[in-house]
Amino acid sequence: MSAGPGTVGDMTRQTKTPRGGNAVEVRGLVKHFGDVKAVDGVDLDVREGTVLGVLGPNGAGKTTLVRCLSTLLVPDAGSAVVAGYDVVRQPRALRRTIGLTGQYASVDEKLSGYENLYMIGRLLDLSRKDARRRADEMLERFSLTEAAKRPAAKYSGGMRRRLDLAASMIGQPSVLYLDEPTTGLDPRTRNEVWDEVQRMVREGATVLLTTQYMEEAEQLASELTVIDRGRVIAEGLVDELKAKVGGRTLQIRPADPTALDAVAAALAGAGLDGLGGATPDPADGVVNVPIISDEQLTAVIGLLGARGIALAGISTHLPSLDEVFLALTGQKSSEAPADDARESDQQYAEVSA
Amino acid sequence: MSAATLTAPATKPGADEGRIGLRANLRHIGALARRNALQIKQDPESMFDALLMPIIFILLFVYVFGGAIAGKGHQQEYVQHLVPGMMAMMGMNIAMAVGSGVNEDFRKGVMDRFRTMPIARSSVLIAKIVVEIGRMLIATTILLAMGFLLGLEIRGSALEFVAAILLSTAFGAALMWIFILLGLSLRTPQAVQGMAMLVLMPLQFGSSIFTPTDNMPGWLQGFTDINPLSQLADAARALINGHGAVAHPTLITLGWAVAITAVTMPLAVRKFRSKT
Repeated sequence: MSAGPGTVGDMTRQTKTPRGGNAVEVRGLVKHFGDVKAVDGVDLDVREGTVLGVLGPNGAGKTTLVRCLSTLLVPDAGSAVVAGYDVVRQPRALRRTIGLTGQYASVDEKLSGYENLYMIGRLLDLSRKDARRRADEMLERFSLTEAAKRPAAKYSGGMRRRLDLAASMIGQPSVLYLDEPTTGLDPRTRNEVWDEVQRMVREGATVLLTTQYMEEAEQLASELTVIDRGRVIAEGLVDELKAKVGGRTLQIRPADPTALDAVAAALAGAGLDGLGGATPDPADGVVNVPIISDEQLTAVIGLLGARGIALAGISTHLPSLDEVFLALTGQKSSEAPADDARESDQQYAEVSA
Repeated sequence: MSAATLTAPATKPGADEGRIGLRANLRHIGALARRNALQIKQDPESMFDALLMPIIFILLFVYVFGGAIAGKGHQQEYVQHLVPGMMAMMGMNIAMAVGSGVNEDFRKGVMDRFRTMPIARSSVLIAKIVVEIGRMLIATTILLAMGFLLGLEIRGSALEFVAAILLSTAFGAALMWIFILLGLSLRTPQAVQGMAMLVLMPLQFGSSIFTPTDNMPGWLQGFTDINPLSQLADAARALINGHGAVAHPTLITLGWAVAITAVTMPLAVRKFRSKT
């Protein structure tokens, strides 16, 4: 909870105009539940008009952090200012400027999509006419017009999440919290949600996004804060962190399984700048190559083509949360989901059952 | 913390602007009450208690116990005794359902949304009560309709009749705050239901709702006399039958209603605020 390095820098930030400044500033935030230090001294900034990804395993304190910043929980210590309002001292004013989409859909399941949005419009003091118009607009925008009259309980997971985002957008919040917005969604609906988030950011929203997936953080966020056990363990631009953890792994499957060594040798001899070592994996019949940019991916394929090596398959893999933690901290995360981060889908299903 | 004050980011000056005005508050309550009403529309079974309970209970008591309590052939007089008492009971039964309803509601993400919106947090609870009062009036209407079918006579004035309905409704609304508090305090709707039954049974049967209390043992009479349901039943009975003391039981009932609301409403709203 000390000021840490950069006290001077923080003071200069105070004099900056809001535009281009930070929409969210968190300093030494602490929230304990009994002995559990859910959030244990977190500092973070979200620059206006950008997406900050908060990456961490289950139980890292992501949701508690979001709940503190959205006035659902009162922090034990530290301070947080969102859109210029103090979360503890000015909660009412703050609620006019924020939107929250949680891990579990926060819409009324018994109400239709339209009725949900109309109700929220009315709660935000829109006139009846404006609330109706805005609800229709949002349904249209989130491709829910056809399902407008059906109760939300009958929606698919993706539709429900879209309705949830629509509900958060009714009041045109300047700061939007997305707490694991795609947990439990299949890849197609996940992409739909991503598209929407990107669109909101283009339209000027500031987003604080929590996620368990490196892939999601990479897609949506420009900066990343990695937290574990309630503490920040790494922060920086997504590209910086990606370089640190080694970016993606390219998996090359030559048509001729005996050509593994030839592939590896070709790549090693090519002298591609910054390209990590190629490792043949005879058991799977593939060669693994760590890459850090799309250009490298193109270069590798071009090189193999030039050498006349036929490929049966090629794929890229982002590092899993486990690998990220290993690379950043040299140790495993406190509660990284097993093999695949998507396993948390299972937990989602259990909780919602 | 002196260092922290240095680094604390600048906030907009002034206190917490955005206090919610009365008109806005009423609009919010309206929007939330509409939500509760639409929920009933979506789930018509949830009206069964309000619709069927009065019918079943009045038939049960008039025909099964009526003869034994009032003597064979005196069922007409028993209807005059029972119906006003059951008006008191309806309020309690409907109020009880509010507790598990609120508990159920709270398990859903939509509450988080309400609590991050610029609305008074009490409006969510008040909207629920508004709609439940509607349900209570429907139940009372059905009860009275059944009563008239079974020969209920309004022996007091029309004004007294309306007063009886208003009094039982007001008391029922006050009771709702108790059950809302229970609903917010206990973990599952089942626990709320169980707890509510524990409160409900002794209060209902240890009262003058079903039978006159003269034949009860002295210690029990002591309880039934202070039991607000007895007072409410006595007041409604006097108003509908046009005889008996009105002022005394009415005042005691209103006193209970005010006291219950004054104590449990702030507790419930506080509980609602601090709920995580």
